[in-house]
Amino acid sequence: MSFSMGFVMALLGAALSTILAGMGSAWGVGLAGQAAAGVVSEDPNQFAKVLILQLLPGTQGIYGLLVTFITLSKIGLLGGAAATDMSLATGLTIFAACLPIAIVGLVSAYHQGRTSVASIGIVAKKPDQFGKAMLFPAMVETYAILALLISILAVSNITL
Amino acid sequence: MQKLSVCANKKNRKAILELLQSMGCMQITTEGIDDPDLKKMDTQAQRSRFEKSAQMFDQALELLDQYAPEKSGMSLFSGKEEVSREKLNEIQKHQQKYIAKVNRILSAQKDITEHKGTILKDENQIAYLQPWMNLDVSMNAKGTKHTQVLIGTLPGTWTDEQLYAAVSKDLGEAAAVDARVVSTQNDVTCAAVICLKKDAENVENALRSEGFAKPSQVVRGTPAQAVSKLQEDIELQKKEIEALEKQIASESGSREDFKIAADYYRTRAEKYRLLGTIPQSGNAFFLEGWVPKKDAPDIEKILTEQFGAAVSVEEPAEGEEQPTLLHNNKFSESVEGVLESYGLPKKGHVDPTFIMSFFYVIFFGMMFADGGYGLVMVIACGIVLLKFKDIEAGLRKMVKLFFWCGISTAVWGFLYGGFFGDLIDTVARTFFDYSGSEPVLKALWFEPLGNPMRLLIYCMLFGLIHLYFGLGIKGWEYLKDGDVVGFVSDILSWYLFLTGLVLILLPTELFGSIAGDSFDFSPVAKLGTLAKAITIIGLLLILVMQERQTKNWVLRILLGAYDIYGVTGWLSDILSYSRLLALGLASGVIANVVNMMASMFGKSVIGAILFIVIFLVGHTLNFAINILGAYVHTNRLQFVEFFGKFYEGGGEPFAPFKTENKYIHIKEEKAV
Repeated sequence: MSFSMGFVMALLGAALSTILAGMGSAWGVGLAGQAAAGVVSEDPNQFAKVLILQLLPGTQGIYGLLVTFITLSKIGLLGGAAATDMSLATGLTIFAACLPIAIVGLVSAYHQGRTSVASIGIVAKKPDQFGKAMLFPAMVETYAILALLISILAVSNITL
Repeated sequence: MQKLSVCANKKNRKAILELLQSMGCMQITTEGIDDPDLKKMDTQAQRSRFEKSAQMFDQALELLDQYAPEKSGMSLFSGKEEVSREKLNEIQKHQQKYIAKVNRILSAQKDITEHKGTILKDENQIAYLQPWMNLDVSMNAKGTKHTQVLIGTLPGTWTDEQLYAAVSKDLGEAAAVDARVVSTQNDVTCAAVICLKKDAENVENALRSEGFAKPSQVVRGTPAQAVSKLQEDIELQKKEIEALEKQIASESGSREDFKIAADYYRTRAEKYRLLGTIPQSGNAFFLEGWVPKKDAPDIEKILTEQFGAAVSVEEPAEGEEQPTLLHNNKFSESVEGVLESYGLPKKGHVDPTFIMSFFYVIFFGMMFADGGYGLVMVIACGIVLLKFKDIEAGLRKMVKLFFWCGISTAVWGFLYGGFFGDLIDTVARTFFDYSGSEPVLKALWFEPLGNPMRLLIYCMLFGLIHLYFGLGIKGWEYLKDGDVVGFVSDILSWYLFLTGLVLILLPTELFGSIAGDSFDFSPVAKLGTLAKAITIIGLLLILVMQERQTKNWVLRILLGAYDIYGVTGWLSDILSYSRLLALGLASGVIANVVNMMASMFGKSVIGAILFIVIFLVGHTLNFAINILGAYVHTNRLQFVEFFGKFYEGGGEPFAPFKTENKYIHIKEEKAV
């Protein structure tokens, strides 16, 4: 079985969206987790709240996975005939379509993680302000959602 | 809300306060009454006494939980216990007995702490003695008639020979010295040296010059004996602690009584707190406060008939700050918690709970969108609602909200054709050799992944409707205040402008290519002239009227032009609703991935077992992360996009004077 360069590029794009967005989420969730653990050591009752805040930057990883999955099924790697003879231009097109969620996922997850840390600080001081605290990280996520949307639309509208 | 003012005989004041407290429907404020002739009673002493008692009972309960844990399953949902008034009176009568019990528990705990301290001390001593364990004489051995023993530590690591050389260097040859290293550890050497008494000074000086120091603590007997004695002591202390713990645990039968007593003291402390703020004259006292309209006649009747008090009920004065109490129907009240977390509406503003509740449930369903997940939510929340009837009101509303959201999730799931992702198709293809090209479970509406653009347009349409409702609420507030000019220039202008813009944009090339074949906007194009007309009317209204309080006409037009720029805000708000599509796709596609992984092991018994395992783990994970996402982003759409159009929080919550019960709920025999 031989692979065309185009197929390799498409697969690289698919891989990158899971890799970069996943890295970002791991980073963000990790940051928030450290802050959350600190709060729980003082006040174990806040566990559920800070856990939710910790999880918020985790979604970018899921979005990355989502785009990877759609891309893999697009290039036929998940059952069906794999388009191993794809032209380089098509491959690069798919690669480019994967970039929004890959890059924005990485950056937004990191910053969402930092915002989560700050929001965990709110919960530590004023547990009743949880509703507002949750909103700040959710604001950052908007841009990951926009990137996800563009990646999905681009990948699913490319015709091989 | 109505304002209630009470003047009553002083001798009834405790009875009246107790009554109001048990009814819990009046927020008492006394700041309004300031007459220099009225005095306030100092109740600080009683209050802190009761608070201390409540605290003691709380501590005792914590200890009971620690030493005799209560067996309880779903503690999150177990509400407060119901206690009859008689039982409360009974406990109140025997309060001395319970205080004695609590004192016994607390003093037992104090003893436990002391014993634990002793154990810690012993353990430190043992650790200190560890390096000396090989020494077979007492650590403070002086020597015999002719010999002297020197025991102590030296910095650095030494061997027997080095030590011997060091102590004997001033004694000449064949010195009568025996030098031994007991142990070396952490760069410290424990040493014992025996020499003749006459050489003692010499030897000691030699040792000192190497940094010799006598042990800081000396024990009786050899170190080994001392350690075994200490260990015995530790055992003894442990036994004592065990006995004391048993003693505390043996009181666990009184747990319920303690809870009642703790809450009894808490309630009394609260009563005395209020009592201290009440202005009173020689024979009368005065109260003022807010009462929900529906409760006002009841309170008035009881106070006048039972206590002969003078009561006046009045409507709040114009512009007076008053607390907010939400009042909604059974469905809409479930989102009250969400509203409260943002901030209650100020008095005179609209309570958006009713409109918000529908959008909340619909949007949540769109983002989670899976028949299976929805049913799981409905069943789980339904069980909680049926089984735990006495859970705390706020939590109950939350569970109810998720119940409704579950229904919506299931509905959207079937509209999109998702039931645990593509579970039914995967099972049919993997285990039942289904190979048709049509899916087994068809989407009732359409599959979003097959035509995301179509759904995106719908999402934006829903967003526009949501935002129009928000703007509409603001318009309603204008009309309620009779401000028709404000309504036309701030609300109607935007309706016209935006609607016109949408109608102009829809038939354009841009939208046509986005929508593809799913929509035919050509009929809209026929409205072209009308669309242009209403856009221009709206535009002009904004330009001229939005800044109507500005006197300078040039500035007014310039500021109006800047307000038109606000249309970009509308654009970003509407685009924000694309999360309805993105999150809905996310939960569906990840569910598909789980199913695909689960089906990889093919059609066999082992394959089926692995299928179930992967299915359970994967879907649990997907469920958890996506329910969180749906919750957070539904809140965001409400708080940022919807509330941004009209809402300002900052209302004071209604905080009635009531029983401050932590554990119990008092069942009243007769309705008051």
